[in-house]
Amino acid sequence: MTQAPTRHERYFADHQALAAASPGPAWLDTLRAAGWERFNAIGFPTARRGNERWKYTAVAPIARVNFAYPFLPPDNVGGPEPDFGFAAVSAAADFDGETGDAIRQHLGRLASFEDDGFAALNTAFLRDVAVVRVPDGSGAPVAVRVNHAATDGPDVEQRYARHPRTLILAGRNANLTVIETYTGPPGPRYFTNAVTEIVVSEGAQVDHYRLLNESPAAYHVGVTRVHQARDSSFSSASFALGTALARNDFAVTLDGPGAYCSLNGLYYTGQGQHIDNLISIDHAQPHCTSRLNYKGILDGNSRAVFGGEVLVRRNAQKSDAQQTDKNLLLSEDAEVDSKPSLLIYADDVQCSHGATAGQIDAQTLFYLRSRGLDLAAASRMLISAFAREIVNTVKPQPLRDYLDSLFDRNIAVKTLPVGR
Amino acid sequence: MTKMTNNNPLLSVRGLHASAGDLEILNGVDLEVNAGEVHAIMGPNGSGKSTLANVLAGRPDYTVTAGQAIYDGEDLLALEPEIRARMGVFLAFQYPVELPGVRAWQFLKAGVDARRQHHGEEELSARDFDRLLREKVQMVEIDPELVRRAVNEGFSGGEKKRNEILQMAVLEPRLALLDETDSGLDIDALRIVSDGVNKLRSQDNATVLVTHYQRMLNYIRPDKVHVLLDGRIVRSGGPELALELEEKGYDWIREAASYE
Repeated sequence: MTQAPTRHERYFADHQALAAASPGPAWLDTLRAAGWERFNAIGFPTARRGNERWKYTAVAPIARVNFAYPFLPPDNVGGPEPDFGFAAVSAAADFDGETGDAIRQHLGRLASFEDDGFAALNTAFLRDVAVVRVPDGSGAPVAVRVNHAATDGPDVEQRYARHPRTLILAGRNANLTVIETYTGPPGPRYFTNAVTEIVVSEGAQVDHYRLLNESPAAYHVGVTRVHQARDSSFSSASFALGTALARNDFAVTLDGPGAYCSLNGLYYTGQGQHIDNLISIDHAQPHCTSRLNYKGILDGNSRAVFGGEVLVRRNAQKSDAQQTDKNLLLSEDAEVDSKPSLLIYADDVQCSHGATAGQIDAQTLFYLRSRGLDLAAASRMLISAFAREIVNTVKPQPLRDYLDSLFDRNIAVKTLPVGR
Repeated sequence: MTKMTNNNPLLSVRGLHASAGDLEILNGVDLEVNAGEVHAIMGPNGSGKSTLANVLAGRPDYTVTAGQAIYDGEDLLALEPEIRARMGVFLAFQYPVELPGVRAWQFLKAGVDARRQHHGEEELSARDFDRLLREKVQMVEIDPELVRRAVNEGFSGGEKKRNEILQMAVLEPRLALLDETDSGLDIDALRIVSDGVNKLRSQDNATVLVTHYQRMLNYIRPDKVHVLLDGRIVRSGGPELALELEEKGYDWIREAASYE
């Protein structure tokens, strides 16, 4: 086993303790060990040497803390979130059970950790895996939720990391809705290092919702990898309420003609918070369509980074891709770095991209005030209208209502600068 | 509750000067408007007529440098725009703003409730507001579908102007300032908008129409017509003044004014 010297002693000790406490089938032990070796070799990413993927986000606040693995029972499906009328999926996957073969076949396949220290670390700590699986040919609608809830660890002085993993396997012609939530206690600066892999088979339709509702002081790094086969449809909406540092690295590969994806996002950050969305879409086959629409609301001195990377490969003729990122700045001190990009190697395509960042327009604000609304009421109305475009993409009504009020409640309007 | 007596005008503007940045636009406007009256403010482009309406409604782009405006016994210019609105001042915008994601229902109810609270009344129930809105939609002959959409989003120019009249009908202002509401309207829309304004006329409220053209005055008969030139009212008269302007153009007024 791994005995190479390490700069990450705490992680190494916990990794070994986990392997001893929760031995899996041989393939799982091998996978964990491979994750550790890779993490130990490459460590956490840095912005040095032209690392475009981490150009605007420093992970030092995470890297310099020795987060411990809490060794808590995995099954935290309850959590404070409402159930939205959806059945809960336990994060205590049975690797030997009926779906064991499917897990073995797919786990770690999409979320490559070759160049990704966080995914490697998650893999080194593979234990809490929520598996959602709809077999081939079962077209009956399935709706489930996965809640990865952080709880306080055993030692109040210690800071903890958890490494939740989600594997979603939608078989041929499946019709699946998944709500994936991340929650945690309000206080401590814990670290959530999540990886989600989603396989969307031929003709399948998957609606995926991801909600980050963690402690405002938490660190969250999330890697989501989606693979779509021919004529599949994947609609996603990612919601993030501010944390000290959040990263949403979300990549979709359109790997069969006729595949469609729609990736929506809404993020809010307040004082002292930072969010980094890196959304990649790979048009690997012809006749695929992608829609990418993210919106941010930034308050205080918070910062948002948006990287949209749409790649259209040479054979991917008749690709249709649109991406936008719009940001509403509630404060003079908020900052956004938005970099939508298109890499197009095919010649017969329709692609567009755009990004905006601005304050609430003075004319608009006056229009509302001239109807009797004061500044605070007018601002609230305009901010929630800005957010609603994304919230309205949510199909399940209970979730949509919940998100509507969650964002309304959490977005503070203190003093609103008025842009001209 | 009202401080107005029969002797006091609803709006009294005296020596009003206003500028946008370094540019002086209003150079001493005097205007008195009584309840029950309709006034038309006419003038060439750049004369300051839109500025006058916007200054009275409180648009923050302008700075009042001198003069006063007394509305219903209050110093209007000292009040925030939303307070003016709650006291019954309404501006129909020349360029109504699109509000993506803001439902008309929610927008109008917030305005009505803000005004009611200002007057110490309770908010309307959703049901009562529904009823009010339905009634006003019929009154101003607007497509009910427009009310179900986001405010002005994707509306045609004519639809936006009609929507302004609907808002006016719902908010029931005492002083309505219509800023070039006629511009960009085809003849049918002009008739509908004018009908709406006429239906809302009463002995308790007043309307100030800002317009470049005489044609709206074929539908809405003003009690008084004023000509604004270089930021001052240079001539006032009855409805016949509008016809004279239509015939002779604004140059005539400019020449006449220069001799005074």
